[in-house]
This record gives sequence, structure tokens and C-alpha cells, in this order.
Amino acid sequence: MLRALVLMFLMTLPVQAEEVVTGLSQNRVAITANFDGSEILIFGAVKRDKPAPTGAALEVIVTVAGPSKPVMVRRKAKRWGIWVNADAVEVDAAPSFYAVATTGPFNDILKNTEDLRYKISIPRAIRSVGAPMTVLDSASFSNALIRIRTAKGLYQLRPGTVELDQETLFKTSVALPSNLTEGDYSARIFLIRDGVVVDAHETAIEVSKVGLERWLYTLAHEKPLIYGLLSLFIAIVAGWGASAVFRYIRT
Amino acid sequence: MQIYLPIAEVSVNAFLLLGLGGIVGILSGMFGVGGGFLMTPLLFFIGIPPAVAVATEANQIVASSFSGVLAHFRRKTVDFRMGTVLLIGGLIGAAFGVQLFNTLKQAGQVDLLVKLCYVVFLGIIGTLMFIESLNALRRSNKPGATTQRKKHNWIHALPFKVKFRTSGLYISVIPPLIVGVFVGVLAAIMGVGGGFVMVPAMIYLLGMPTKVVIGTSLFQIIFVTAFTTLMHATTNYTVDMALAVLLLVGGVVGAQIGTRIGLKMKAEQLRILLAILVLSVCAKLAMDLLLEPSELYNLGDGGH
Repeated sequence: MLRALVLMFLMTLPVQAEEVVTGLSQNRVAITANFDGSEILIFGAVKRDKPAPTGAALEVIVTVAGPSKPVMVRRKAKRWGIWVNADAVEVDAAPSFYAVATTGPFNDILKNTEDLRYKISIPRAIRSVGAPMTVLDSASFSNALIRIRTAKGLYQLRPGTVELDQETLFKTSVALPSNLTEGDYSARIFLIRDGVVVDAHETAIEVSKVGLERWLYTLAHEKPLIYGLLSLFIAIVAGWGASAVFRYIRT
Repeated sequence: MQIYLPIAEVSVNAFLLLGLGGIVGILSGMFGVGGGFLMTPLLFFIGIPPAVAVATEANQIVASSFSGVLAHFRRKTVDFRMGTVLLIGGLIGAAFGVQLFNTLKQAGQVDLLVKLCYVVFLGIIGTLMFIESLNALRRSNKPGATTQRKKHNWIHALPFKVKFRTSGLYISVIPPLIVGVFVGVLAAIMGVGGGFVMVPAMIYLLGMPTKVVIGTSLFQIIFVTAFTTLMHATTNYTVDMALAVLLLVGGVVGAQIGTRIGLKMKAEQLRILLAILVLSVCAKLAMDLLLEPSELYNLGDGGH
């Protein structure tokens, strides 16, 4: 009976010509005290139940995204002779980290409509709804956000870095910078033919502080008074200790 | 050696932080200033988020000032009575300053105000100190020159006079109390100890002897910055203990060296060096406001 149900269920699923099967070198990134960036290897294979279609070549895009948060983008302007923050636009959601790796030039392998649908490119991964009426060029604010984060290595567009072997096996590595924030990251893999996404797969990567880092962070947020007093205690002990050591050296 | 800071959430070189702490510590011990007005901008520069830099710096100043003040305790160059009066004013001022800071933060212009405060105060104090100490240096170089006696001014006409034996003063408590409040407000807004304002105020306004001034200002700074640290830790969660430990290890060692250098130098020389230092920080910050920045945009936390 159960077998029959499973069989029926399987038969109702749409028949996909090509499916992606993936793996990660690690699905957990631990931020330790000496964390200095990390590298994630994303690899996989294309599963087919019939020979690969001829015609357009298979392309693969891999994205890794950090948790999304609203960001306030401010622009400086010259007022009364000095440069001050003038206009501000809030970007509703921008990932803290976003990397796009592809098998070829981004605009050549993916149609714009598909990009809109799956939000794959960096500008599409950022959600910006409304700018205040006083700001006419809100696009330059989200461009600035991308520019600043790209300069910090937080946003990466790396065409041609996914290796695809015989239209079946693919692999790429994504470098996570040292200024990483913790949270639930996600890796997405898209199989593309003729500019259209034929299959997509999403998998989670957990980025979290561990050990001393974790302990200090938790203490600072859950018992701030104790944390503050501990900070002061360390400061006073260090100050007194240095003074005592120097007096000892002199005598 | 890279180290990941748990609260700041950035990875920085541990030796860079130790070195910065050491250099600022030497200056702190030499001049009796907390060093915050140098360290806070330096921390911004190496990529520490401003909110974390300001709060953590307060904690670090506690350590370097404590280390510095112990050397002064032994030499009996701390005026406790004067220090306490300044401290009472300082705590009132810091509490008020934190409120003012939060109000300005909501207006979105806190950065500008902090920088303007730096430029204005460092500029005025640096210039005055430079001119004064240059004159003093010229006088002391002339053989047989008479040192100027303390003048009686309006400060001596105020009520509530108290004897400050260590400083050799008999003045009203009102001027030191006002100085304390003023320094407390500045300390909270600018994320500094406030020594660079307090030291000149004590010398020129209250007429305290230079050797007593340094110990006494350190004494007041310890308590005001400890109070500020606790305020930041409990309201903004921005004190980074790992960052503070690295800075203070360098800082306390530097402060010890600095105190010894300071004792070997003449008061006029100390003052002229401090004046030059204050003026150069001022010039750097003024340039940032006057010149067109290479990146016009900046990012902040959204979701308000």
C-alpha cells in the first residue's frame, strides 16, 4: 500500500530532464578567535534519465548569500563649505555577503527575465522599494551599496569560475572574507540551458561564532551589566598589573 | 596574527592593535590625557565600526589611566579633593551627554557633530596652548627672567571657597564643578576621556601646578570613562572585550613608559609637544570635512 502511494506520488512529479545533485565541502563555518576567512568548495553533478539534449550548452551558476538586513545608505554633500551627510535612502534588504560564480559571462548565459524571477545577479539580490520624494536618483544609492561592499570583498561577481566537466560534473570555490558576519547563509545552484533555468537547488550553510567568541558575544547581549563590569575589572587589573610590574623592574 | 573581534565582527592584526595601544599609551602617560582623541579616530581608520570604537576606547582609557595614576599616587601628585569635585561634575555631564548623543543620533547627524566638536575644541586648545608655552619657553631661556605670579581674577571672587592643599589653591568649587560637567558632556559625545580639555582648563583657568594636574585629571578620567563604558555596554552592547584587552595590554605598558618620560621633561616642553599633537589631529579632521571625500556614500544600519 505504502509502496503504491510512493509510486503514485513520484509519478505526479513533473518530469525533469536534468536535475542537479550537489555537495559542499562544509555546511558549517565556525568563526574562531583567529578566523581569517574561509573557502567553501561547492561541487555536484547533473543527473539525467535520458541523453543530454543537443543544441545550447549547459551553464551553471552558483550563488552564496548571507542573511539579508536593511541598510541605510547616506550621501555626503557640500553644505556651508563642509561635507556632511545629506540625502539618505534605506535599502530594504541587502545580503551581508553575496557571491555569484558562473561558467561564463553572466549576461550571455542568463536571460534578464530569469534573473528577475530567481534574483540571481547582485543588483537583483538587493531589494530596494522606495526612496524619499526628495531623492530622484535612488538607483545611485543601491549602486553605491554594491560598490562599497564589492570593495570590501563582501559582494563578488566572478564569471567563469565554475568548472564544468563534460556537461555533468561541476565545481567552484567561494572565498568567505575575514569580515564575515554570522547567520544562516544559503548556497544556490542553477542549471541553465539557452538562458533559462532548468533546475535549481538550495542548501544552507551555517556561519556561527564558536568557543570564546560565542561566549563573549552571548554574555555581552544577555548579561550586559556583568559583561561591562568584567570589562572594567580586566581594565583595572591590567592597569594595576602593568604598574606593579614596572615598579618591580625598577627596584 | 589575525584575530576576529566578537563584537566588532571584523578580523584585524593583533600586533597592529598592540602597537597602536602602546604608542597611544606612551602619549597618555606623558601628557596625562586619556589618549582617546587619538585612538578613536585611529580605530575608525583601521575599520572598526565607530560605535564599537567609541565604547571600547572608553574601556581602554580606564586601564591606561589607572596604570598612569598609580605612578602619580606614589609621588603624591594627585589632588583628591579637586579630583572628587571634577568627578561629581563629570558624572553629571556624562549622563547629560549620553542623552544629547542619542537625540543627535536620531537626527542622523551625530558623525558631523562629533567631528566638528573635535575640530573646534582641538583647534582652540591647541592654538592657545602652543602660543602660551612658546612664550613660557622664551621667558625661561632668558637669564634672570622673573616668573609670572598667579593673578587674582574673577574666579577668586566666587563663593563656596575650599582649600585644595595639594594644589596650593584656595578657590570656589564652582569653576572646577563647571569644568567637570563640561568635560563629562564632551567625553560622552566624543568618546574620549576629555583630558585634552581638562588639562588646559586646570592649568589656565584654575591655576593648578602642572605636575598635580596630570595625576588629578587621570583620577577623574578613570571614573568618568568607567561610567561611560557601563552605559555603552548595557544600552548599545558595543564594548568589544577582545579589542579592549589587546589595546590595553599595549596601552598600560606604554603609559608606564610615558609617565617616566614625562617626569624627565620640563613642563613647558611637555605643553608645547601636546599642543603640536592636538593641532595635527585637528588639522587631519578638518581636512576630512573640507576636502571632497573619494567615496561620497556611506553605509549604516537600517531598519529604524
